[in-house]
Amino acid sequence: MKLSSGTIRLIIPAASLALLLAAVFYMQPRAMSYTGLNLLFNLAVPIALATIAQMLIMSVNDLDLSMGTFVSFCACVAATVLQTSPLLGVLIFIGAIAAYAGIGVLIHVRELPSIVVTLGMSFVWGGLAVLLLPSPGGTAPSWARAIMTAKPPVVPMAIVASILIAAVTHYIVIRSSFGVLMRGTGGNDRSVERAGWSVIGIRAATYALAGLFAILAGIALVGLTTSADANIALRYTLLSIAGVILGGGEFVGGKVSPIGAVIGALTLTLAGSFLSFMRISPDWQIGAQGAILIVVLALRLALNRLEKREKHQ
Amino acid sequence: MTEPLQRKEVVAARAIKVTFGAVKALDGADLVIHSGECVGLVGHNGAGKSTIVNVINGGLSPHEGTLTYGGSAVHGISAARASGVRCVFQELSLCPNLTVNENARIMHAELKGWNWRSRAGELVRGQLQKIFPGHAIDCDSTVDDLSIAERQMVEIAISFAGLNQRPKLVILDEPTSSLDAGLAAQLMTYIRTFIGEGGSVLLISHILGEILSTSDRIVVMKDGRVVADRAAKAFNTHSLVEAMGNVVREQEFSRKVTERTGAPVLSMPPHPRHGIAFQAYRGEMIGLAGLGGHGQTDALLDLYLEHNSNWWPSRKREIAFVAGDRSLNGTFPLWSILKNLSIASLGQLSSRKMVSDSREATLGSGWKQRIEIRTPDMQNRILSLSGGNQQKVLFARALATTASTVLMDDPMRGVDIGTKQEVYEILRSEAANGRTFIWYSTEMDEIRLCDRVYVFREGAIVAELVGDEISEKNVLAASFSEGEAA
Repeated sequence: MKLSSGTIRLIIPAASLALLLAAVFYMQPRAMSYTGLNLLFNLAVPIALATIAQMLIMSVNDLDLSMGTFVSFCACVAATVLQTSPLLGVLIFIGAIAAYAGIGVLIHVRELPSIVVTLGMSFVWGGLAVLLLPSPGGTAPSWARAIMTAKPPVVPMAIVASILIAAVTHYIVIRSSFGVLMRGTGGNDRSVERAGWSVIGIRAATYALAGLFAILAGIALVGLTTSADANIALRYTLLSIAGVILGGGEFVGGKVSPIGAVIGALTLTLAGSFLSFMRISPDWQIGAQGAILIVVLALRLALNRLEKREKHQ
Repeated sequence: MTEPLQRKEVVAARAIKVTFGAVKALDGADLVIHSGECVGLVGHNGAGKSTIVNVINGGLSPHEGTLTYGGSAVHGISAARASGVRCVFQELSLCPNLTVNENARIMHAELKGWNWRSRAGELVRGQLQKIFPGHAIDCDSTVDDLSIAERQMVEIAISFAGLNQRPKLVILDEPTSSLDAGLAAQLMTYIRTFIGEGGSVLLISHILGEILSTSDRIVVMKDGRVVADRAAKAFNTHSLVEAMGNVVREQEFSRKVTERTGAPVLSMPPHPRHGIAFQAYRGEMIGLAGLGGHGQTDALLDLYLEHNSNWWPSRKREIAFVAGDRSLNGTFPLWSILKNLSIASLGQLSSRKMVSDSREATLGSGWKQRIEIRTPDMQNRILSLSGGNQQKVLFARALATTASTVLMDDPMRGVDIGTKQEVYEILRSEAANGRTFIWYSTEMDEIRLCDRVYVFREGAIVAELVGDEISEKNVLAASFSEGEAA
């Protein structure tokens, strides 16, 4: 049976995750347990949600550099307003989603580079977060805490949540009509427009959906850490982009894979633990994480080239 | 028209005028398509074929004139689609990252609701089977994984397919450009079936055989106007080529017969499958003619890259390049006129790796006078100049280098006639001094200035015209193949 290019795209991320997991289990057999797995992948849940948000933006050929500050902002809202007066908190989140849709419209209508607009927005979100929570603090809403620390039978919560996120977003992005239009806009927006669709509407909806997933990331993060801080998720911007790319997505052309993005987020989280188990000092960890990324991407390039050569024959 | 019966109009565009800046793309063109007929549309590059297609499909609103669909005047892409107008564009317009089914979903908004995927699959599969019986396209594969011919087949099938409502008019812009002869014949057969069922087709093709055998009526466009509109039977290949071309103007050119001395400056082997080899000698002005996008630009790039490595540019460059698309790869929009001019010759202008300001200024003022760049100050921004003057700067950039060969990629697009004459003069004198020019142009007047012309078709050189053989008629005859696509 001939494999489709989408399946081939998923093989490398899945294989690298399996390899890393095997290495971790080999070095630390005790990680091979319910608690061990939960601890390894706990922090992957908010990263996976943020990666999905970034992937949505990337599926329409844009890039969101405000992801980290926006998730921080959402975490601050969740730890303060959402906790004390839930209605106001929900309203703030609805406003944030509307702001995201607005950014999408602005980028499309004025033909602005998304990098510039979102970089500017990152300061706005960062400022709002500091206004809300000048010093680390706040309390997680009890329901968020309950969800994140739930102990389902057999499989730990982190794994259940990851599978759930992957399944839901796979349905939205790959199976649903909206997902087709969204990826079509990334692939060839002129032809979508010629077919009579409103590309502005599609962009706005995509951005709004990305905003929703980023909010979920913020809430999940607070549920894990119990309190928030204005700078809590700054590194999510680059982590989310790396996760999408690691999971087989591409910067342009609407080629994204939600399952791959979740796997990418898991791989990135696991890479951190793996390096700790290797007793590599934290000073070197970021560099080593980069090295892992380069190796995986090099593998993918090699595979792409192989595929292309086969096609030419 | 030719039918005595008054048939129902599907689309009527009357006295349409469209202008892009100073360029008149359509200058009062009329095109009426009735139900149950196949109209062939032919014309040379820039005749306005694509523009009128864009007007009909709603992508472009005309500046003057009336446009009605089945009698009602509505506007916009959705209105055109609602009136049953579908279009297969020349450049493939599927989403390459989606599967065939998903592309059908995008093109057919009515494919909504539960289980649209399998219904889309049925629709496309059925239509593909009708048009191209015996095809082997898997509708679940991504468009990226299909060959160019398969993509074109899919796009054609999606456009002809209709879930609730069959399309009334399908516009096919060069539909056979990447199909082989067998598939093209299947498509032409299907077009006749579709016409027999009451649909209409607007067929644009550079393969005159197809147009003559498939159309009921042929419309010939030239310079934004319809110059002939007759039944297909009234035409043959010869009269069609003549209708497209200009009446040969009596113009005297000081075309010199170059004595080919020594080895060629540049040469290129012929296309692997067909065609003839390319050779250029010192002091020659060589034209690359043919319809746009038939490999002329690629040939120029190949010639350039052969002598200038992609990786490590050599110190002394033998070849200069004048880009055609000014804003895309010509000018540095933020720089001054002088900087834009001197960028290619900074090596000559500098000593010990430092650019000499005075030598740069001398170069600038010299060329400002010679090529008459109309500006008070060479330090002004390049964008302060008109398009024609920007193009002059690009010419000066190439001519100011020591390069003995200059490649030009249709550089006169959108340049007014006065500027053109000035540049032609300079090119002539430079050629007399021993420079070689290789000039791709879509304009016949420019091609006629050349000493020798190579005509391109489908990526290969199909004809070489020398001296008095260079005429619009000969170029057209060579660029339109008479039979099937090679």
